[in-house]
Amino acid sequence: MDILLQVIVTGIATGGVYGLIALGFVLIYKATSVLNFAMGEFMTLGAFLCFTALMQLRAPFYIAFILTIFLAFVLGFVIERLMLRPLIGEPIISVIMVTIGLGVILKGLMYMIWTPSYRTFPKIFPPEPLNLGFAVVPSGLYWGFIFAIIGTIIFLLIFKFSRTGVAMRATANDQQAALSMGISVKVVFALSWSFGAMASVIGGIIIGNISGISVYMGDVGLKVFAVIILGGLDSIGGAILAGFIIGILENLTGLYIDPLIGGGAKLVAPFFILVIILMIRPYGLFGKEIIERV
Amino acid sequence: MRCGDFKENYIKDEEIFQSYFVKFWLILFFVFLIIFPFIANHYMLYVANMIGFAIIGAVGLNLLTGFTGQISLGHAAFVGVGAYTSAILITRLGFSFWLSLPFAGLVAALAGMIIGIPSLRVKGLYLCIATLAAQFIFEFIFVHWESMTKGITGIHIPSPSIASLEFSTEKEFYWITLFFVVLGVGYARNLIRSRMGRAFVAIRDRDLAAEIIGINLFRYKLSAFAISSFYAGIAGALWVSFLKVVTPDHFPLFLSIQYLAMIIVGGLGSILGSIFGAIFMTLIPELLNYLSEIVKIYAPGYEEIFVPMKEVIFGLLIILFLIFEPLGLAEIWNRIKSFFKLWPFSY
Repeated sequence: MDILLQVIVTGIATGGVYGLIALGFVLIYKATSVLNFAMGEFMTLGAFLCFTALMQLRAPFYIAFILTIFLAFVLGFVIERLMLRPLIGEPIISVIMVTIGLGVILKGLMYMIWTPSYRTFPKIFPPEPLNLGFAVVPSGLYWGFIFAIIGTIIFLLIFKFSRTGVAMRATANDQQAALSMGISVKVVFALSWSFGAMASVIGGIIIGNISGISVYMGDVGLKVFAVIILGGLDSIGGAILAGFIIGILENLTGLYIDPLIGGGAKLVAPFFILVIILMIRPYGLFGKEIIERV
Repeated sequence: MRCGDFKENYIKDEEIFQSYFVKFWLILFFVFLIIFPFIANHYMLYVANMIGFAIIGAVGLNLLTGFTGQISLGHAAFVGVGAYTSAILITRLGFSFWLSLPFAGLVAALAGMIIGIPSLRVKGLYLCIATLAAQFIFEFIFVHWESMTKGITGIHIPSPSIASLEFSTEKEFYWITLFFVVLGVGYARNLIRSRMGRAFVAIRDRDLAAEIIGINLFRYKLSAFAISSFYAGIAGALWVSFLKVVTPDHFPLFLSIQYLAMIIVGGLGSILGSIFGAIFMTLIPELLNYLSEIVKIYAPGYEEIFVPMKEVIFGLLIILFLIFEPLGLAEIWNRIKSFFKLWPFSY
């Protein structure tokens, strides 16, 4: 079995999940120009909520899943109303810091409620790995990839065809024009936060399923920054493509660089890539290049 | 403005000690700082030292974020670079603590300038992400460059000394801390009313406009990063010499957030604010520790809740201050001061 192919297939599967989480970032950024630094904590929260629903309430997976998504929807709405709306028009540092503060609070609260111990997710997918002939994909990754792709497609369809989606795109394009067309920009802002939270919560459930859940799981959310920067902050297609690229690159560094420096390269590789992209092409592959004119 | 306090030229307006009252209270405060170690116990001195390190770091970050407007999520990394430089120089090359300090600052400044390079192309959000990446890269280096940093086991550092005089206890170290805090705050306070300080503020307010009136963005942005990281490096070197050990766990992302919280709660773009913020944010965890001790006595088993409480309270403070008091504690202080100045005719 060719190890290179194996690693690339694993990378693609991971990349699908990254793409979904990146979509959560981009949905919020496109409409409201806010980058949510608490996204990793949203993910963790989603994983924990689903876990609790499964274990404590003994709910079947699909009910737990829907319940978690519903809670994420409410959470996004509430956070937008309480924390982001008072800051409209404030300097960017305030907005960034508010989301960072939110992340710290969520992390602390989850630590209080669920304690920092590590847990494994109950098996919700059939355990047989998928054998492609040239590579074997572990069941968690394989099902996670399918879920992520389905989630991404649903979000894309909503964005493309539904009334809400069109309103969101209009707002992203030009707020004043959207306002004068009778779109409630406030509602769109709140909805973008809800959709963003939903996307990240699904990502959280998938990742929790693959690698277990703990309070520190949210660090994956920070890795996804590399994905959105590479794809361009406001490009949905870019986010998905970049998800695959980063997923593959990350696993390749795990294969080739790890033996050279003694492990851990996989964790930090996305950040190296991130810095390089920022220096060469800050607006990413498909992002809108902002040219300032005086 | 106090009655009859007229300024006839700009030099008077820019003076640091504007009136005799200020000088009087400041001298009184210094006298207090000098007799403090003789009346305080070990624990109070320990906290005083921690506040001192926090002030140096926070003033540095405020120069970068508050005055120049460049957000940095990697301040803890620069603190770490300074700390490790000092520790390695002392233990490997036999440098004295005093000689290692400027090197700690310089190496941290160099690291800061490298991380600052993206700031020339990107700003705001993107810069924030770049510094975040720097934080993780440095954390990774601290853990994995084992031949230098000894990984997670850390490096033990001897106490600093002059001739036979050793600074090993909290009380003795207090003098070192006090000296560097006064030096650092004094330098920063003077810097911001110099040409460079005004350039920083101009860049913060509108970088394009600043460039048009002839401010070299490349030079001043990198200077801001260098100075800020220099402060961080010094703070780190002092901190680990005080703790006598340095491990990668000392410099997590949360420390960077803590520094940002200090300057936001204290007041962005205010030296006094950084001091208030540093004091406030250092005292809160200590207060929580104290509360958890009480809870341990009266309701054993519940003290666990205070561990994550620190993070929750920090996050809450950041959000509440940003929404309700964006100018921070410094602004509250000003309001209180002007209330007394203008009383009873406050209109």
